[in-house]
Order: sequence, then structure tokens, then C-alpha cells
Amino acid sequence: MTAETNTRLLVEILTAQRDDFLAQWTRTIGDDLQGRLSMAELGYELGELYEAILKALAIGGLDGRGDHFGEARSLLIELSRSRARQGFTPTETARSVFALKEVLEPSLAGETASVQAYLQFARLLDDLGLLTTEAYVRTREEIISSQAEQLLELSTPVVKLWDGVVGVPLVGTLDSARTQVVMEKLLQTLVDTDSTHAIIDITGVPTVDTQVAQHLLKTVVAARMMGARCIISGIRPQIAQTIVALGIEFGDIPTNSSLADALRQALKEIALETEDDLKGLL
Amino acid sequence: MTDRVPVLKIGETLLVSIQTDLEDQMVMDLQEDLSNRIVDTGAKGVVIDISALEIVDSFVGRMLATNASISRVLGAETIVVGMRPAVAMTLVELGLSLNGVRTALNLERGLKLLRRLGAERA
Repeated sequence: MTAETNTRLLVEILTAQRDDFLAQWTRTIGDDLQGRLSMAELGYELGELYEAILKALAIGGLDGRGDHFGEARSLLIELSRSRARQGFTPTETARSVFALKEVLEPSLAGETASVQAYLQFARLLDDLGLLTTEAYVRTREEIISSQAEQLLELSTPVVKLWDGVVGVPLVGTLDSARTQVVMEKLLQTLVDTDSTHAIIDITGVPTVDTQVAQHLLKTVVAARMMGARCIISGIRPQIAQTIVALGIEFGDIPTNSSLADALRQALKEIALETEDDLKGLL
Repeated sequence: MTDRVPVLKIGETLLVSIQTDLEDQMVMDLQEDLSNRIVDTGAKGVVIDISALEIVDSFVGRMLATNASISRVLGAETIVVGMRPAVAMTLVELGLSLNGVRTALNLERGLKLLRRLGAERA
């Protein structure tokens, strides 16, 4: 008994009892998913998949990794992605494929030839099932990384506190990646709002070590090169002690314990500048 | 023959607007032109606008610092204006801090700062 005859047998059965199989398949999965997906939608999805598998079988046989299965594979990946987005488990997703075995089983039990065909078909479905799991995991990873990015964006707001003064309340640990985002956003906001002063508030930063200080210094220096002044505020007593103990030097960067003090200082500097401007005009 | 960066005179201020990425020869020419012009015009201030520059390497960074020092020796204050965020970040990563160079966000603020410095001196 060759693979070709098996394939022909499978194609025959799958074509002859298409409606039956499809209905049963849809029902099995529908029971599994317990109404979290509408039957009509499910039926449509599976119908497309069924056709694709059948076509691929008829063209090129049982090798699930071959080119002729391209369409079926992309359909499966699409199905898997949407399942992952909707919060189904990987088991539920893979079972969508495996259920086809159960549907086919009664029709093929008995003769040796059919059993062999069934086993080969089962292997094909195993392959395709694994594919769904792979696609599922990949989609999940994409979701996680995009969420991490959003979190990074959310955790680094730059707010305009006053005309000419922007504030950056930092929350959480400062690592290189975050510093980059903070720096980019801060500098861009300085340009956009034409602000001369920036207050970096580190009340929400749990620990300040030499590396964090380094990151802060870089940001301050970059802002200064663009022509803005930075004030660091929100230094808690604990952190002040650590900074001194570690021998960290903030140089000529003004530091403050409270945001209010920092804002007052910034406004005072701006007022002085405007006063000078007026004097210069007279 | 490379292009030269124009040095414009407005009152007591010289304005250098750098519009293209600088080649090494242009940087050297600019340094010479600028020092000559300061002496010729008796300018009290120099504004170097780099808002059009998307790439600034360490050579250009050093040139800005050198020009500032030269002008100061000749009695003029230099202000670098319009540095882009990306440029500032690159310079920081390169370890340059342009210490001793005055900066302003844009040309308008730069001119204001010059006026203020002039008023202080007067």
C-alpha cells in the first residue's frame, strides 16, 4: 500500500462526506470552546481550512511542511493569532486541528488500508497542530513586547508645569533603555514647548546607585547642550545618604528635596532672565 | 574648492547658520573666517545656529568649543543655538559635554541671552 493510494482514499472520503465532517468538526470544537466563539464564525473559519487542507492533499499528498500546504498553513497561523488575541489557551487552539482526527476516525476504522491512511492523516494533523502552537506562542510574544513598550511609554510622562518649565516624574528603576526614552522625550518636549527649564523628579525611583546617577547626569548634560537647565528634585533622605556614601557628585546640577522647591527655583530663574531682558531693552 | 559657511553681521552680532553637514575643510575655513570677521567688525557676540544639522561628530563638537574659546579671546561671546535632541544625545554618548560653550534652545533665545550678557557687561 503506497502513500499515494492512501492520499487518494483520504481525498475521496473527505470530498464525499464534506458536509457531514465539517458539521461534526464544527460541533466538536464548538462544544470545546463553550460558546466563546459564534458557531457561524467558527463554521466559516473551519470551512475555509477544510477546503485548503483538502486541496493541498489532492495536489501534493501528505507532507504538511511542503509548499502545497502553504495556504492551509497561513490560514492556521491566522486562526492561531486570532485565538491568542482573544485569550484562548494553546490547548484549545491546537485541539481545533486535532478534533478533525476524531471526526474522521469512525469512517476509517476497519480495513488495514484505511487504518494506514488514518495514521498518516493523523501525523499530518499533528504537524499542523504543532504549527498552531508555534504561531500562538509567537503572537503571545508579540503582544508581550508591545505591552512592555507601552508600559515604557506610560511610565515616562513629560508634563508642562509652567510656561517654560517641564517636569519629568520618574517612577521605577532607571536602566539604560528607559534613560534613553526619558532623554528623548524630555529633549523633544523642550524643543516643542520652547522651555528653558526641566525638573526631573526622582521621588518614584527606589534606589539611586552610581549607574542611575550616570544616566541622570547624561540627561542633564544633553539638555544643557541644547540650552536648557535641569533641576533634580524629589531626593529622599535615604537616597541623599546613599548618594553621599557612594561619593556620587552631581557637580553644578541643582538638586532639591521637593518638587515645589524645584519649581520655585525654576520660576525665580525665569523671572530674573525676563527682568534682565527688560533692563537690556531700556 | 569647498563651499564656505556664510558669516552674517547683524548689529554687534555675527550670525553663523550652518545649513549642510560639515566637511573638515569647511570647519577649518569657518574658524578662520569667523575670527577674521570678529576682529574686522568688532562684534561682541556670535550666534552659531546648528538647527539644520542632523549629524554632529566629535570633530564638529570640538570645533564648536574651539570657536567659542577663540571668540572669547577676541572679546565676543559665543552662543550655540538650535541643537537637535538626537544630536545632543549623540554628543553625550560620545562623552562630549561642550563645557564652556553657552547654548540656547533657538535663535530667538540665543539673541536674548546675548543682549542680557551685553547688558551685564555694560
